[in-house]
Amino acid sequence: MHHVILGAGPAGVLAAETLRKQDTNAKITILGAEDEPPYSRMAIPYLLSGQIDEEGTYLRQDAGHYKNHGIEVTRARAGALDAKHKKIALEDGGEVQYDRLLIATGASPVRPPVEGLDLPGVHSCWTLEDARAILDLAQKGDHVVLMGAGFIGSIILEALVSRGVKLSAVEKEDRMVPRMMDQTASGMLKRWWEEHGVNVLTGTQIKQITRGEDRLDVSLSSGKSLRAKLVVVAAGVASNTGFLKGSGVDTDAGVKVDGFLRTSANHVYAAGDVAQAKDFSTGEFSVLAIQPVAADHGRIAAQNMAGRETPHRGSLNMNVLAALGLVSSSFGAWDGIKGGDNAAMCDADAYRYLRLEFDGDRLAGVQAVGFTDHIGVARGLIETKLRLGRWKDVLMKSPERLAEAYVACAQGIR
Amino acid sequence: MQKALVIDPVKCTGCKQCELACSYVKEGEFNPAKSRIRVFDFHQDARFVPYTCTQCAEAWCQSACPVDAITTNERGVKEVHDALCVGCKVCTIACPFGTVNYNASTGKVIKCDECGGDPACVKACPTQAIVYVDVEQAGFEKMKHWAKRTDAGAQASH
Amino acid sequence: MGWTGKILRVNLAKGTCTPEDLNMDWAGQYLGQRGLATKYLVEETDPKVDPLSPDNKLIFATGPLTGTCASTGGRYSVITKGPLTGAIACSNSGGYWGAELKFAGWDMIILEGKSKKPVYLCVIDGKAELCDASEIWGKSVWDMDPWIKSRHQDPMMHVAGIGIAGENGVLYSCIINDLHRAAGRSGVGAVMGSKNLKAIAVRGTGGVKVDDFPAFLAATSAAKEVLAANAVTGEGLPTFGTQVLMNVINEAGALPTRNTRDVEFEGAHDISAEAMAAPSGKDGKPNLLANQACFGCTIACGRISKVNEEHYTVQNKPEYWHASGGLEYEAAWALGAATGVSDLDALTYANFICNEQGIDPISFGATLGAAMEMYQDGALTEKDTDGLELKFGSAESLTSAVELTGRAEGFGKELGMGSKKLCDKYGRPELSMTVKGQEFPAYDPRAIQGMGLTYATSNRGACHLRSYTVSSEILGIPEKTDPLVTDGKAGLVKAFQDATAAVDSAGLCIFTTFAWTLEDIAPQIDGALAGKWSVDRLLEIGERVWNLERQYNLQAGFTAKDDTLPKRLLKDAAKTGPAKGLTAGLDKMLPEYYEARGWTKEGVPTNETLARLAL
Repeated sequence: MHHVILGAGPAGVLAAETLRKQDTNAKITILGAEDEPPYSRMAIPYLLSGQIDEEGTYLRQDAGHYKNHGIEVTRARAGALDAKHKKIALEDGGEVQYDRLLIATGASPVRPPVEGLDLPGVHSCWTLEDARAILDLAQKGDHVVLMGAGFIGSIILEALVSRGVKLSAVEKEDRMVPRMMDQTASGMLKRWWEEHGVNVLTGTQIKQITRGEDRLDVSLSSGKSLRAKLVVVAAGVASNTGFLKGSGVDTDAGVKVDGFLRTSANHVYAAGDVAQAKDFSTGEFSVLAIQPVAADHGRIAAQNMAGRETPHRGSLNMNVLAALGLVSSSFGAWDGIKGGDNAAMCDADAYRYLRLEFDGDRLAGVQAVGFTDHIGVARGLIETKLRLGRWKDVLMKSPERLAEAYVACAQGIR
Repeated sequence: MQKALVIDPVKCTGCKQCELACSYVKEGEFNPAKSRIRVFDFHQDARFVPYTCTQCAEAWCQSACPVDAITTNERGVKEVHDALCVGCKVCTIACPFGTVNYNASTGKVIKCDECGGDPACVKACPTQAIVYVDVEQAGFEKMKHWAKRTDAGAQASH
Repeated sequence: MGWTGKILRVNLAKGTCTPEDLNMDWAGQYLGQRGLATKYLVEETDPKVDPLSPDNKLIFATGPLTGTCASTGGRYSVITKGPLTGAIACSNSGGYWGAELKFAGWDMIILEGKSKKPVYLCVIDGKAELCDASEIWGKSVWDMDPWIKSRHQDPMMHVAGIGIAGENGVLYSCIINDLHRAAGRSGVGAVMGSKNLKAIAVRGTGGVKVDDFPAFLAATSAAKEVLAANAVTGEGLPTFGTQVLMNVINEAGALPTRNTRDVEFEGAHDISAEAMAAPSGKDGKPNLLANQACFGCTIACGRISKVNEEHYTVQNKPEYWHASGGLEYEAAWALGAATGVSDLDALTYANFICNEQGIDPISFGATLGAAMEMYQDGALTEKDTDGLELKFGSAESLTSAVELTGRAEGFGKELGMGSKKLCDKYGRPELSMTVKGQEFPAYDPRAIQGMGLTYATSNRGACHLRSYTVSSEILGIPEKTDPLVTDGKAGLVKAFQDATAAVDSAGLCIFTTFAWTLEDIAPQIDGALAGKWSVDRLLEIGERVWNLERQYNLQAGFTAKDDTLPKRLLKDAAKTGPAKGLTAGLDKMLPEYYEARGWTKEGVPTNETLARLAL
């Protein structure tokens, strides 16, 4: 049995390790597109802030890890899939035969149609190679413009600020992290960044970037312009499905999978940022490009590939974001569900905000700013659909007692 | 023989000696806010519940860690390696029990590691509400059951 | 180390919160908590100050062992001039609040002046601010505490504050922390209320360090083993709580009953620890559901109780159906024996109200007992009592009276003056069972002679906790003395007073001393603090603290004439029990005591004594 995994991110690596646990004899090959050992994009901001070196971003710290587990990691980019003959054609020639295939090719940064994004000094912040370029350009005191203040943009934001650059963040939507937090929370975040010296421009688009003598000029929809030594583009990502054209594997926003992470092609599975899988909260199939989901997908897909049928009951959308000491997070149906109650507490001065969304007496979503203790119980309560009973009334009045409510309900203190 | 922390909330009086012992061993000071075990006070229901990591077999915290900073030791305990942890906090949202916490003063996450096989909380507990016993013993099954009730279902209840 | 070295000074008039360094010279001389805060009060205020005026100060103080792993190391005290007595007030409390203050980085909070409008103090680690309390002014402790936690979105906060009683000057109102632990006596809550300060909410995420961790851990571990092995602290208190005493004291003929007319209570068993543990009510559950420890306490004597849901007091009042702090011995005595009421659920409910509104059940129950005697004698009528039929033994009167007093309404306002002022007002001063204006608690000095001297000389007015000679006279700890004789009691009382003052200054609970002597305590303090801390040094500190308090009271206007007992104890012999025919032999003990203390016959410390204690 030969398991081939396209992609050396967390989904691919977790899948390979799970496959090895399930089947000690199978051949397992990871094909990674980049010229690096498997590493984590999540860690790149910490490389930029100087907390770790490149090795610190590696998904497995033991250099012999893959070899010791009989996992072959090869640099190769998939060119085309021939599912009928269970073959992958590689971009630089050659082909790989598989028995089971996992598509875990991840996502790539989106390049909006803005003139000047191809200029030198404009970079995405996605790969280690991008990071090296940014490390080189973003020195203390330099002017840097960040295009996009969504979740990924905001993570990069902290790293850039910690490098001591003079930063402007430009977000076309009316608020920061619009797909992670509501107006109150993102307003708090914006104010926080502004207090920390970041120029945050929401509801503003970058119209054009031009090259000046020793700088880039960034013109904005507001009519103003910013100068910059470096522009970092974080305008979203899109699943890497291009190579599947004509393969018979159905794609939409990502690779379409069923409740077992199987694609429309036999013996082909998908996981991670590329997979359009079930969202726990909505029940719909969508791409959730986040680390914990990649890990869950990788493990479940591998179990199915190994013949141990394991349903994927849907992954929970959740994010955690650090902003120089201010930690925010969101879980599940953070913006509420139809007909559900909600409870919110806000202390703007203290940068504390907690909003709970309920489905009957079950927790459906959480947004939190300034809360970190035991915050994982939000996931526990949402995913177990634990009935809160009288604790719901407690939480309606005192949302901050979430951890208590969880422990109480799980302990039968009702 | 594998051992595990087994907690019997009925015996707990809420004295927090476990939190003091834990924080002393881990932080070198008495500081319940940084303890890896926490006693929840439900005195209006006449209950106190010591609460800490149950060392799941397939740990969400571990698989969610982007930099391999959480590993399983020979006793099945999930350990955080400070040298590797970047403080991204993904494990804190991934752990559905809420037992991995972020320590803002170090920029790392903290969780129970059973003190290398000799848990300080157990020694400090005056009422044997927290004991460290062979996993075969009945109490552990109860603990497992509790873990199952609160985990995300079949996906991880191995 | 041990100390954080920081004091928070809050000027309520100006609205300022200012950190300052702890005076380490004083810390070396007065240790902490009771002693050290008294030193600050003495240095900063005039002993003649009106207790309820802005010039009085209110100090919340921890000890050097507060917030450490020493067993019971979670105590704090409130030090001020007491409005019930006009003497120094020092009320000590457990729960979790004191340790939390330490974790926030403060040894002490000194509050001065009076706020123009109701405020509460919010201390989150190093940050302290006064916040608007208009939404919680007029609310009970049980409503205010969760409101503040919700307002700051932090269930881990600990709150100490006052109920409606404290806002309205009930003279024995207390400061309640953690919903049911109390800095209970002498009316410290009224001082807080007079300053327009509703509460102090604290959240601390810092750590407490000690000077020599290995030595400290060795000493505290050894001391915990002593507690565990002791019959009282290892078994009696965890199982029965302080209520273990109800039957014991009753059998000793020392249970002051119906305003101390009797020394035995026929209903004692019905309100005892044994009754609390017995199945009751429809659900068959006992009154006592669990025991709770205060912070760091390995004894865990606290009672968590519930009022039977069918009881008349809580019918259709589900807000009282949860469990909360149950009856301790002193409360059960005051609400029960002193009033002749033996309905356990009524007592538990009354105790809940005392906690909810922040009133001292000892003073309340004793005052109600005095009112009942005046009612029986006709000095009080239903016209005076708003229709309350204040009959001894009436549970309904007890529970109505506690509700009225808690809210300072109607006749409750009069009860809230304390028994001395109440009896004076209605022309029966001899019926007030008080010393220096404070009601004495649950031990009749005719049957436990040492307690007579204890009450008479206690610096905060009648109190059992300043020298708990019951230990020796009844329980035989550290050695048995005859409760019916006065011989040797002067020395016994002095020794207990000095040791207790040291324990109260350390951050520890006095209940440890059922098992510990200073020999067990000194090594713990020595491990926590820099310098040498011997038993002798602690005893000297204890004596120094005692004399400092004495001087404060003398300067406040008290004299030897105030070191006395109610006439009933001095003149009327006990009618039954082992002490039948005996009165309190204070006249024999007091001169011996003054001499043992190195005081003049007028009860004034001699210059030699002051010099010896560096005062």
